[in-house]
Amino acid sequence: MSWLSLIWANLFRHRVRTILTLVSVLVAFLLFALLRNVIESFATGIEIAGVDRLVTAPKYSMVDRLPLAHLQQIEAVDGVVAVTHANWFGGYYQDPANFFPKYPVRPREWFAMYSEYRIAPEQLDAFANTRDGAVVPVGLAEQYGWKVGDRIPITADIYPKKDGSRHWEFELVGTYSAPPDEPQPVTFLFQYDYWDQATQHSAGTVAWFVVKVADPDAAGEVARRIDALFEQSRNPTRTSTEAERQRQFANQVGDIGLMMSGILGAVFFTILLLTANTMSQGLRERIPELAVLKTIGFTDDSVSLLVLGEALVLCLVAGALGLALGAYVSAVLAPLLESAIGVFETSWRTVALGLGLAALLGLVVGAGPALNARRVTIVDALRE
Amino acid sequence: MLGQIAEITLMNLRNVGSRLGSSSVIVVGIGGVVAVLVALLALGTGFRSALERTGDPHRAVVLRGGSTGELSSGLTTEDRNIVASLPGVALASGELFLIADLPKRSNQSVANLVVRGVTPEAFRIRPELTIVEGRNFTPGRGEVIVGRGAAAEFEGLALGGRIELRDTTWTVVGMFEADGSANESEVWADLGAVQSAFRFDGVLTSMRLRVDDPAVIPQLARQVDDDPRLDLEVHPEVEYYRSQAETLSTLITVFGYAVAGVMAIGAVFAALNTMYTAVANRTVEIATLRAIGFGGLPVVTSVLAESLLLALAGGLLGAGLAYLVFNGMTVSTLNQASFSQVAFDFAVTPELMRLGLVWALGLGAVGGLFPAVRAARLPITAALRRG
Repeated sequence: MSWLSLIWANLFRHRVRTILTLVSVLVAFLLFALLRNVIESFATGIEIAGVDRLVTAPKYSMVDRLPLAHLQQIEAVDGVVAVTHANWFGGYYQDPANFFPKYPVRPREWFAMYSEYRIAPEQLDAFANTRDGAVVPVGLAEQYGWKVGDRIPITADIYPKKDGSRHWEFELVGTYSAPPDEPQPVTFLFQYDYWDQATQHSAGTVAWFVVKVADPDAAGEVARRIDALFEQSRNPTRTSTEAERQRQFANQVGDIGLMMSGILGAVFFTILLLTANTMSQGLRERIPELAVLKTIGFTDDSVSLLVLGEALVLCLVAGALGLALGAYVSAVLAPLLESAIGVFETSWRTVALGLGLAALLGLVVGAGPALNARRVTIVDALRE
Repeated sequence: MLGQIAEITLMNLRNVGSRLGSSSVIVVGIGGVVAVLVALLALGTGFRSALERTGDPHRAVVLRGGSTGELSSGLTTEDRNIVASLPGVALASGELFLIADLPKRSNQSVANLVVRGVTPEAFRIRPELTIVEGRNFTPGRGEVIVGRGAAAEFEGLALGGRIELRDTTWTVVGMFEADGSANESEVWADLGAVQSAFRFDGVLTSMRLRVDDPAVIPQLARQVDDDPRLDLEVHPEVEYYRSQAETLSTLITVFGYAVAGVMAIGAVFAALNTMYTAVANRTVEIATLRAIGFGGLPVVTSVLAESLLLALAGGLLGAGLAYLVFNGMTVSTLNQASFSQVAFDFAVTPELMRLGLVWALGLGAVGGLFPAVRAARLPITAALRRG
């Protein structure tokens, strides 16, 4: 009889208890996987952050705007390769609950800046050549059932048109996406020129510039140079990397994210404590049996290893099942949660960390009983 | 029969002490579920109550048509004057709602702080707002007053502090409270000064109206709708803030129930485990009782009572812990609806604690029922022989 099958047989001699323990550990790891998803999604941000991209925004407030004229000045800064810009359009499609960001942008410059996004060349041409054209992420088009050629009405809140109308209409000319396995974009894009000519106010301004730098290692230096350029102007700027900006955004939600991890940490700890108690209890009951094993020739070491192995196998099996279930549940929930918290998936890092924790749990739970098992003397145990 | 039930139950409960280790599994497990459930729901409730408290049935918010919040709204002084003169309006306040980037105390990271440019009408419309430290700002001197929540969350907002916002350096001269409402997360300054500092001359984002009778608000809304000069919408203030709270508090509540629900599965299994073990350890005792004439029901009851009692202890522990640790704790988060920081307190209400205890008893009942039934069905002779 091999070691593993002996462990297996031992585990299933008290089937109900084993299954109950297995399920409570499994639940702990299921929660662990989901909690890690939330934490990781806050850490990675909602859209792709490029290491070589900076964002130049108004220094004091996001409701401020910057003059388009800053563009040429930023382009001339040493270390800058390309510059483009965006605005926050606000507004909604049909109902205020249908939330997705909408930016007026320069089509070719935008997709040159975000070169990781995929768009068919003829659709990009159409976008650049259609005054009221718009392109949307593949996911958004699926969500609302839009097809290329459709006209999409958007109700404005921040930007009424010159005639006071709040009704903007765009022709869908293409879709774009990020490479598979990357965070997918969520933004509805349309032409800056169209917005600029039609808007009632704020024409000639942008909400932020996106700046590509030649050397990511020098990004901090370039950012300082850009801000120094406008320090004394009427429109000072604050330049940061895309990753920094997303971190700031995550920090704004901050307190709650931290609290969720705190609370869920407590959850995990509670369930582990319970399991440890139950398992050591089960092992204690079998001391006479261990004495029998010793009688028939098992050494002290092998008996304690047997006990430890049992705890390890149970925790690892339960942990693996819990993580697998967590990954499955995440995949099911992801589409529902995407708009609220961004990417929601179980990463390999989470799985590795989880399995490590499961092994650690097994060792901790098994250590006490294993020591006891080693100390058992045949005579004492059999006399009981 | 009742005598039998009482007797066995008492006997069993007296022995719980001897099974302290395994019994604590139920207490701790269910306590954990209840603590997490109550804490998370208290978070959602606290957020909702901070926003809902901001609304008053006698007040209405005026925004540009189609705007879902003050941030995306905009109106002119002329609009303000037309609306202020409508019949039924007792008081009208034109306000400029802006957002400034300031570092938070907790992590020095820049966050969105509401700056509200106001005139004296704003104070008369909100009588709940009182200055608790320092004094009110004097127009024209670059002074601001800060809400209690804003002062706690943001760097440099203490009395006498100086903040740099756009073209002006402002001095904090007072701190106000407003019944724990979302207004406490704001900074207030003179309307004209804010307009010129942020270069929004002549621009307002919104209005607050006070009416003598809440019933006239719908009429006012219709009147504004029908006025060809105005592209504005009038919302009852209570509804406005309720809708602002909805998304986040629903998210937190659903999250709370989901986490507690998953945890509850774990806790029920742990409880089942303990109770099965307890029944197994008492096999001989139970069989003996049955043999000398006690019925099945008393046995079931005694096991159930044990599990319920332990669950109740766990529930009290969890709810008490949530209350002691979290009740009144102030936190702040980004309210997506207004895109600004809102500070609020956890609200561990009596209703939430009751809900926690109901969950605890429910879990205890499930955890005790199956083992109890097994105990009652033990074949007496086999059990006695095995013992």
